[in-house]
Amino acid sequence: MSRPAHRRPEYHKINKDLFVLTYGALVAQLCKDYEKDEDVNKYLDTMGYGIGTRLIEDFLARSCVRRCHSYSEIADIIAQVAFKMYLGITPSVTCNNASRNEFSLILDKNPLAEFVEELPAGRSSLCYSNLLCGIIRGALEMVHLAADVTFLKDRLKGDSVTEIGITFLKKLDEKKYRRKK
Amino acid sequence: MADAALFEFLHTEMVAELWAHDPDPSPGVSAGPRGGEMGGRKGQKTSLSVLKGMGFRVGQALGERLPRETLAFREELDILKFLCKDLWVAVFQKQMDSLRTNHQGTYVLQDNSFPLLVRMASGLQYLEEAPKFLAFTCGLLRGTLSTLGIKSLVTASVAALPACKFQVVIQKA
Repeated sequence: MSRPAHRRPEYHKINKDLFVLTYGALVAQLCKDYEKDEDVNKYLDTMGYGIGTRLIEDFLARSCVRRCHSYSEIADIIAQVAFKMYLGITPSVTCNNASRNEFSLILDKNPLAEFVEELPAGRSSLCYSNLLCGIIRGALEMVHLAADVTFLKDRLKGDSVTEIGITFLKKLDEKKYRRKK
Repeated sequence: MADAALFEFLHTEMVAELWAHDPDPSPGVSAGPRGGEMGGRKGQKTSLSVLKGMGFRVGQALGERLPRETLAFREELDILKFLCKDLWVAVFQKQMDSLRTNHQGTYVLQDNSFPLLVRMASGLQYLEEAPKFLAFTCGLLRGTLSTLGIKSLVTASVAALPACKFQVVIQKA
């Protein structure tokens, strides 16, 4: 062979496609098994949670992020480091409330839905990419942060953007961090 | 590679979830093939075929995305070599370790360190669990071959983790 196989750029795309296609097959299978959209959504979230609890270790090993001192820092890391690392995109982050515990990740492009043009017929409430919410929730829980993570907007449902909402539920112990200074 | 990790995590979760028995199907859940009553052999067989089916669809789709020049093969053996080198590298970041054939339509592909098995303990522990982790990939191989114009039956066997063998038997029309 004139060139080593692993240097071909097409193979990088195939590898990326592998995850997206497998995910699509999974959603299709779940739609066969469950009549109600809510059940599929819940199942995807549960599976995502399971993945998130294990992915966090992989993430921390690869990224060497420092300890965070605010929810805002965490939201930034999720968007700019984690999403970039695993999905190759960087959602923008907005803070939605004054107490600074509600954030939105706005995805211009959703890699999971790359090959999906529209939701299947009769599946208008399906949160196609709900796995992501579970992953974020599971990963955060492993670092002792409880959060609600849901899709606020979804391009597949006709919205203009895809938006994931993260609401941190417990306050970080502020005193603990001040002492370290 | 981070992308590869995502697929591995998803695959592991799929194997785990598709095997879990529903303790009591709730009113909102239609009686799927994995209900508690159907546990044991029948449930296992269904779950294996579900995983294989998913792998097949993904393999077909991957086959369609392969670089053009790879689609103009001359011989069956070339296609199998392609699976062992190019496809395996694209999907698992390594080549298949050996390819044997009886030149009569049966091929044995051996991977001494199959990535989807590597996370499990090596040796003879968890031997029983291994088939669940190979079902999707068997389907994947069959699906890619199908796109390349070859009908086949693909099975896998494990003697000692993480080494495994995929047996491809070409089906003549």
